[in-house]
Amino acid sequence: MTSAPAPAEASARSVVASAIDPRYLIVFLITLVLVLGEARYGILGGYDRLATTLGISLITEVVLSWWLRGRVANLASAYITGISLALLTKPQANILWPFALGAFLAIASKYVLTYRGRHLWNPSNFAIALMVLVASDSVAILSHQWGNDLRINLVIWAFGLVIAWRAKVLHVTLAYVVCFIVLALMRNAIVGGPLLAELAPITGPMYQLFVFFMVTDPRTTVGTRRGRVIVVAIVALVEALIRVAGDFQLPLLRPFYVSPPILALAIVGPIAMLWDLRRTAGRPDSRTAKA
Amino acid sequence: MRRLAVTLVFIAAVVAVVILNGRAAGSAVPSAAASIRLHEVASVTGIDFVHQSPTLDPQVQHIAPHIAALGACVSVADVNNDGWADLYFTSSRFGAANALYLNQKDGKFRDVAGQAGVAALNRAGEGVSMAAVWGDYDNDGFEDLFVSKWGYQQLQRNLGNGTFADVTAEAGLRRWMNSNGAVWLDFDRDGLLDLYVTGYFRSDIDFWNLRSTRIMQHSWEFATNGGKNLLFKNLGQGRFQDVTDSLGVGSTRWTLAAAAADFNDDGWPDLYLANDYGPEELYLNREGKRFELARAGLQDDSKSGMAVTVGDVYNRGRHDVFVTNISEKGFLFQGNNLRVNFLKELDRFDEIASGVVADAGWAWGAQFGDLNNDGLLDLVVANGFISADSTRSYWYAMSKIAGAQGNIFEDARNWPAIGTASLSGFERSRVLMNRGADGFVDVAEESGVTDRLDGRAVAMADLFNRGVLDVIVANENARALIYRNADSARGHWVELKLVGSRSNRSAIGAEVTVEFGNVRQRQVVDGGSGFCSQNDRRLHFGLGTARPGRVLIRWPSGREQTLEGLQADELHVITEPA
Repeated sequence: MTSAPAPAEASARSVVASAIDPRYLIVFLITLVLVLGEARYGILGGYDRLATTLGISLITEVVLSWWLRGRVANLASAYITGISLALLTKPQANILWPFALGAFLAIASKYVLTYRGRHLWNPSNFAIALMVLVASDSVAILSHQWGNDLRINLVIWAFGLVIAWRAKVLHVTLAYVVCFIVLALMRNAIVGGPLLAELAPITGPMYQLFVFFMVTDPRTTVGTRRGRVIVVAIVALVEALIRVAGDFQLPLLRPFYVSPPILALAIVGPIAMLWDLRRTAGRPDSRTAKA
Repeated sequence: MRRLAVTLVFIAAVVAVVILNGRAAGSAVPSAAASIRLHEVASVTGIDFVHQSPTLDPQVQHIAPHIAALGACVSVADVNNDGWADLYFTSSRFGAANALYLNQKDGKFRDVAGQAGVAALNRAGEGVSMAAVWGDYDNDGFEDLFVSKWGYQQLQRNLGNGTFADVTAEAGLRRWMNSNGAVWLDFDRDGLLDLYVTGYFRSDIDFWNLRSTRIMQHSWEFATNGGKNLLFKNLGQGRFQDVTDSLGVGSTRWTLAAAAADFNDDGWPDLYLANDYGPEELYLNREGKRFELARAGLQDDSKSGMAVTVGDVYNRGRHDVFVTNISEKGFLFQGNNLRVNFLKELDRFDEIASGVVADAGWAWGAQFGDLNNDGLLDLVVANGFISADSTRSYWYAMSKIAGAQGNIFEDARNWPAIGTASLSGFERSRVLMNRGADGFVDVAEESGVTDRLDGRAVAMADLFNRGVLDVIVANENARALIYRNADSARGHWVELKLVGSRSNRSAIGAEVTVEFGNVRQRQVVDGGSGFCSQNDRRLHFGLGTARPGRVLIRWPSGREQTLEGLQADELHVITEPA
């Protein structure tokens, strides 16, 4: 889900803290999630799904980057997107079109939904949000197909935290987790019931993908460290509002209940990006890419 | 220009998503020219049974509607040997009566459970009824009754005079379990019916005196902390022995339903389990000496199995399997499984469910049966979990814990309160008409099945001896429904009532293949299938325009018999050759 940062930008932001490019750490982590999930739980539900999302993500990236920008882009981002969509998309029966169209829309959104040369949505976040909003008869999102096993989750969290630290996005992950917990306590005070029920979601598989790959995407968040923390706090706040609306059964927001964090990020992320790009326009260190 | 072209393709892709989603099964009720007509006639027939769910310990009161939404069962048998199918319904609240409806042969039924001694089975300290299956365990010619309970299981011996005697203790079956099903089978082919009882919640749980609230599943997909299934061997002389461990069939997955048939065609009855929170399981019978858990392509496909029914979907002479599961738009698409049997060739089933077969909502009981006598087995599926306040849904609240760590939701205290909310409530039943190579089509609305009660058990029987299958549905916390088959009998048919001699008298487990036209259809005499249900043990074959050809019977004893020249449109009583 994380769009790999462009090399120049990554260098400028000193993201690379060692000889290993952080984008490949992310590639390693998503591959680890895939292998563990499939080996232990058969999480994919069929290799045709992975082949579809991965194949179409890579092909779309190659074709569009070459056709629109004159060079073939690094494919790490498309790889991450392809695997993320294969893991997160849980469609009705054995239909494949959500994987195919989801993968195309995810990658194509990077070339279509842009502002000042920068795409506004994390590709996977855009595709998943679109699917659950306009295709809920056909698509659900990863929920419990992960075995509910603490041991596997601890492996992912351990690797994820280390890699987030090496990629210098740990502050984003931790800020989100802290905000989620604080807001869970507040939600519990409002809606009552068992506290653990409000804290429970963040122990699930979808959140692993969310906090390590989606909300940390350097290509689709604001330029400053402080700004990223504020943005992720707002994401958590919007998610909490969706959840409270879910508890009070507001019919208007029902389509959002199925995946509050994904949809909160889909709302807040591009607004923050637009604001940040407009704020920094014309500055010497402008974040506007020279595409 | 290039960017514009990409933008247009992008927009087209979004439009395609919307269009394809609109074609998703369940988005709309498809229209079809139905040749199936069913009329709901419960009140006309005198069946006024209303199921009542159990009340539970106050410690789980906040999710009681979820835990206790089980127990509406129906099973069919000719209890008094008058040649007409009778019905037994279970209720699940202390003090609520089960009902035994005797067929009056005039289109009406009369509840005689009280006089027969099989009404007052739901008592404090003894537990509540969750399922029932009929089988002549003592081979005296009268169908006996086993009642699965949350509490002490009960075996009721049919005395042949219209009354039953509770023989549970002397039979060695007085076990406290939290069972939602059982199936009769003669696993060792000794001519005596054995009994497989499924466990759902752990058997150390007393729902009216809870010692702990850590009673729920520890995984939504791979839970193994359910009640242990038990296999009881019939020793004769009215005694049973627990042989679970020595036979290797003590699954502790959350088994909701089981069916027995010879799936791999080796002459021995196998067991197929539908497990909630886990993968289905197929236990292959190794000549009555042990069972082996087969892979068969089932182990990686974990869902929420609710019911299992067996049918020869494509008239290949094989037992295919249909297992119901859960689908809820936006939240969860597990999809029902239609598994086509390729055990002989490939050692596995192929899962082929799609469209209306895969998505029926929160599906419960299901049964195969040729409702229009066209020679193809149709499928009836009951749906809907909890219908309460239609403006409130528990799905969001449940989703908060569904993805969490198992030790959180294993404790019932951590579940959000359900209150008055519904959970996949008010769903309609499905009547899926089999069109052979053209697949199944949902004709529920057109055929007259429009109820939106919380269906649980489905059973089929020719209730009025007309040569057509009728459908009985037991609904949770609601009245039972009788769908009388009307005007569907366009084709020929043949019905077979088998009577065992060396085999068990009920002939449960007999495998019958009827050749007609250029196809052959295989059925098995039912010892319990679907979800907490049992079909009539008379086998009904629709033939379309054809006449019955050879009829091959493999009796539970192993003896094979071939019949030729059976008249169409008749019931034939076949006794096993000595």
